[in-house]
Amino acid sequence: MRRLKLPPWLSLLLPALIILAAVVLVPLVLSFYSSFTAYRLTRPESIFTWIGLRNYVRLFGDAGFWWAFGRTVFLLTVALNVEMLLGLGLALLVNKVTWGQRGLRTIMMFPMMFSPILVGFQFKFIFNDNIGLMNNALQSLGLTEAAIPWLVDGKLAMFAIIFAEVWMSTSVFAILILAGLFAVPRDPLEAAKVDGCTSWQTFRHITLPFIMPFINIALAIRSLDVARAYDIVKIMTNGGPAHRTELIWTMLARTGYVDAKMGLANAMGYISIVLAIFFTIFFFRKLSASRQVVGMGD
Amino acid sequence: MELNAKHRFNRRALKLAHFVALFIAMSIICLPGLWVVLNSFRPTVEIMAKPPVWIPNELNLDHYRAMFGAAGEGGIPVIRYFTNSLIISVTSTVIAILVGMAGGYAFARYRFRGKAAIFVGMMLTRAVPGIALSLPLFIVFARLGIIDTHFGLILAYVAMNVPFTIWLIDGFFRQVPRELAEAAEIDGCTRWQAFWKVEFPVAKAGVASAGIFAFLTSWNEYALASQLTRSVNSKTMPVGLLDFTSEFTLNWGGMSALAVVMIIPALILTFLVQKHLIAGLTFGGVKG
Repeated sequence: MRRLKLPPWLSLLLPALIILAAVVLVPLVLSFYSSFTAYRLTRPESIFTWIGLRNYVRLFGDAGFWWAFGRTVFLLTVALNVEMLLGLGLALLVNKVTWGQRGLRTIMMFPMMFSPILVGFQFKFIFNDNIGLMNNALQSLGLTEAAIPWLVDGKLAMFAIIFAEVWMSTSVFAILILAGLFAVPRDPLEAAKVDGCTSWQTFRHITLPFIMPFINIALAIRSLDVARAYDIVKIMTNGGPAHRTELIWTMLARTGYVDAKMGLANAMGYISIVLAIFFTIFFFRKLSASRQVVGMGD
Repeated sequence: MELNAKHRFNRRALKLAHFVALFIAMSIICLPGLWVVLNSFRPTVEIMAKPPVWIPNELNLDHYRAMFGAAGEGGIPVIRYFTNSLIISVTSTVIAILVGMAGGYAFARYRFRGKAAIFVGMMLTRAVPGIALSLPLFIVFARLGIIDTHFGLILAYVAMNVPFTIWLIDGFFRQVPRELAEAAEIDGCTRWQAFWKVEFPVAKAGVASAGIFAFLTSWNEYALASQLTRSVNSKTMPVGLLDFTSEFTLNWGGMSALAVVMIIPALILTFLVQKHLIAGLTFGGVKG
């Protein structure tokens, strides 16, 4: 019997390809199909009821869905930018420290170990209008008289969610940017000093270009799991009050599991997947572009 | 003289501002976690007190005792959740590392057509939001009868972790000069021996950091676990956290206690290998 001979790279990649195909690809094909049907969990035979594009048409005509979509994009844009800026600031602060830097770095990694769902509970607790740390502190300091309804008011709830998200993910940026700061060569910095550059000019023209690839890696890594924000929102507000913090993910979870409208939920799922893929490709392209700049590309 | 003094004052002010900013930043990072730890030791009356009690009058282990206690008195099957979490996370991490090592090696050492496309394709599978993937996975797993089993969740987590482990490990193997393995082969090693004796030890840090990330991801995952688990058979701790919620009330103290139990293993593990963690992210990503 002749054994089929695969090229070595393929046999090495095969386990990964098989697992990804079985757990991600096949289910995604199934969900793509079912997004064209009127599938309801309660009536299994309805998976064969082909309704064409009606799920998508219904979503595109639904203002609530577009609000959730816009809110998701808004949340991601604000959170990622704030995380990047704060991470940069934090890394610069820690980089200037001469004593006890290792300890600070360890503390900085603290939020990375927290489960997103735990972060959600933690901040639901902290922003609780009655017993939360935030209101207690503000009232004890005499800054406000009345309790601020953090999670009850739509705008404040969105702020609280972004705060939680930023708390959880800033450290990824800070740690990577700090690693980048360590790698900045000394010579150009000293040359700039001799030439009389201000510290802002040095930062802008020497340090920043050097740490740019590190910022982009952090963005690329983050873009792979932007949807972790679902856990936080699910716990903190579950899309409330009155759908003011409804994101595409909480909406699809509710449609799929609570209303059991799997077909419609899968259509939503596909739109959220396209959104996630857009973010990922966007940041991976930025990553490879900035690698070229520093000459680390392939 | 005047100028000198002004200069010195400026320097001191800057130093002070730096210290204050650092202190505030570190407090914001630490306080939320410490708040949870503190509340796990405080009686519920004190947590709920209005006006707030800032300096705890009494610290005790009541919430922990209740959590490990009988079901009627606020107990939940913590030990089962903990073992489920541990079995699922460790198994899926080990498998993801093995698969990731093979894949990462293939990307780092071989040239083949469509390499970039396959790589990007793999990364994109990781970007699929867990909650969106959970819908079809739920349907498929229900059909196969592996809902609420360790096996089902392990399978899902392996698939979730493989792309990222491949990315990191690929970056590390590229750091190892090709000549090293070639020299070993000339000296009479087989390719397999050359890998384990020469290339693997050099890239060990990368494998370690990939392992930590895979473990933390599985240990902390909620979106998939909440749909693919049903009972104590396979519920993990992040899902178990919801046992403390009921329609209108939340048992803050109990929840804090479980949170502490959840965070301790992650904390210990991360501190043990934190050096590798940073190296793993930077090498794997920048130079990969």
